[in-house]
Amino acid sequence: MEILLSQLFNGLSGGSILLLAALGLALTFGQMGVINMAHGEFIMAGAYTAYVVQGVLGDAGLSLLVSLPAAFVVGGLLGLALEALLLRRMYHRPLDTLLVTFGVSLVLQQLARDVFGTAGVDVAAPGWLSGPVEVLGFAFPKTRLFILAIAVAAVVVLSVLLAFTPLGRRIRATVQNRALAETSGISTRRTDRTTFFVGSGLAGVAGVALTLMGSISANLGTAYIVDAFLVVVVGGIGQIKGAVIAAFVLGVAQSWIEYSTTASIAKVVVLALIVVFLQVRPQGIFVVRTRSLA
Amino acid sequence: MNLKALLTGRWAVVGGFALAAVLLLVVAPALLSSFRLGLLGKYLCYAMVAVGIGLAWGRGGMLVLGQGVFFGLGAYIMAMHLKLADAPASTGVPDFMALISSDGVPVWWEPFRSGVVTVLAVVLVPSAVAVLLGLATFRRRVRGAYFAILSQALAAAFAILLVGNPRSTGGSTGLNNFKGFFGFSLRDPANRLMLYVIAVVALLAMVAVARQMMVSRYGELLVACRDAEERVRFLGYDPAVIKTVAYAVAAAMAGVAGALFVPIVGIVSPNDVGIVPSIGLLIGVAIGGRTTLLGPVLGAIAVAWAETSLSERFPSGWTYAQGLVFMLVVAFLPGGLASLRRRPPGAAQPSPVPTLSGSSR
Repeated sequence: MEILLSQLFNGLSGGSILLLAALGLALTFGQMGVINMAHGEFIMAGAYTAYVVQGVLGDAGLSLLVSLPAAFVVGGLLGLALEALLLRRMYHRPLDTLLVTFGVSLVLQQLARDVFGTAGVDVAAPGWLSGPVEVLGFAFPKTRLFILAIAVAAVVVLSVLLAFTPLGRRIRATVQNRALAETSGISTRRTDRTTFFVGSGLAGVAGVALTLMGSISANLGTAYIVDAFLVVVVGGIGQIKGAVIAAFVLGVAQSWIEYSTTASIAKVVVLALIVVFLQVRPQGIFVVRTRSLA
Repeated sequence: MNLKALLTGRWAVVGGFALAAVLLLVVAPALLSSFRLGLLGKYLCYAMVAVGIGLAWGRGGMLVLGQGVFFGLGAYIMAMHLKLADAPASTGVPDFMALISSDGVPVWWEPFRSGVVTVLAVVLVPSAVAVLLGLATFRRRVRGAYFAILSQALAAAFAILLVGNPRSTGGSTGLNNFKGFFGFSLRDPANRLMLYVIAVVALLAMVAVARQMMVSRYGELLVACRDAEERVRFLGYDPAVIKTVAYAVAAAMAGVAGALFVPIVGIVSPNDVGIVPSIGLLIGVAIGGRTTLLGPVLGAIAVAWAETSLSERFPSGWTYAQGLVFMLVVAFLPGGLASLRRRPPGAAQPSPVPTLSGSSR
């Protein structure tokens, strides 16, 4: 029972990281069908932002609070640049965006290696996040709880944004029916750009969270990008709640299977489970109903 | 070589094959040193994978991001056989296993003691995996991006599995240090030349198979599936089967390529099968022209050659170049270099690359 609970917490913690990595993807993939492989490198850019901010400010607590918005802006601007320079001309062939953004991710990784070196760098966690906290008799690391809190906050903010703001209405309209949204006077171009900024910014935030987990290096993003995409595939397109459920289910499943086998076998089993799941629900957990045939 | 004539005229085809055979089998061995010839043999292995990718991706519209898995399956099956054949007769345990543990050979290695089983498995195991995944996804109409992501996840999982089991797969070092190939010593230059010749013959055979598939009725159906899958379904065909066949053939080609890669290069490791090498295999296909027959082959050879010659001198420069080529070619020249030559000025041509028409979302 105790093991079950601690694995559950490990799973929730892993799921929250997955969720942070996948949230932005769910947004951009859902709205534009763009498969952004460079999303992982935006995560890395966020992590290195935290490293640079800490180098400038020194104090670990203050720099963490500063780097969260800073990384959001850095990730967002990278996304904006990618959208404006490359992806804008490729919306009619979404599969090719995967290869283009893979090229971008190669370049960004090499850039990070040349700037920050190939060795991993560390970002110090602030004092108020060190050590464990006791919950129900279990010791949980505070950093992991903090990441969980960031993930929950990101989901809440994003849901409120989507549900109640004019921007959110425009985004939802574009996801559901792009042509109709356009005829109704919505600038889908501008909506796309904003969505990409927000989605990529969330990757930056995820990067800051990852600095609390260990040292960071240029291939930080590659470790998360595939799992993040799987979350989007399982969760279904265009809905935040699908991504939330998928991330936590995958996180918990991974951690439980990992406990009874090994990490590498758990990966394969989870992938097999996903393929089986897609037999039942090929479009993921939640589907935005449209009248399109395919 | 005019590609169009090559694809239409029967004699042009025969002539083209004869020319390629003479170039690769007579001219190249005469001009190149044994070392360079070995490198060329390695490029030819990548070209074999590219033939399959051209079929599945260019013609079938399936973005196959996990060809490294099939390449790796073929390579590891062959490597297991070679390791078992090299093992001392007294114990039958390959050298690296004897070093790590005393458990002996895992059960699932045993079938590959037999050369016949190995040769069959190199073709059948990758295609069986592809049929399984293909039917599971295509029958439920999981396609486009979803299929691409799943095939990519497969590559990631396969590499992780290999790294995670060092006792049976050699872990991150992989399997290497092979001494013989079906009884022939790999030290002997004559035998290495023989391996090169086998690679050339295999590649030419695959190109012939791919061409035959492309010009057949099946090839028409495959292109139709790519461009308007629903219409193919309404006409009474099953797109899932059509696509799975192309996927399985591509997988078998990658498997054979992997199996030849092992004796030619002398090592296979998880670095050859993961996500990055799997997507890297696509770059040559994209440059050469994904929908053409020879574009993928020439593109793959050129990219592999460029990688060896550039990455030695500018290790980080090569990564930049690779990334930039991906960005520029796919974004601005989606038909690859082949599309430059085939378009007469002013003539309207059908798009060399499928656009989103109900098949990818």
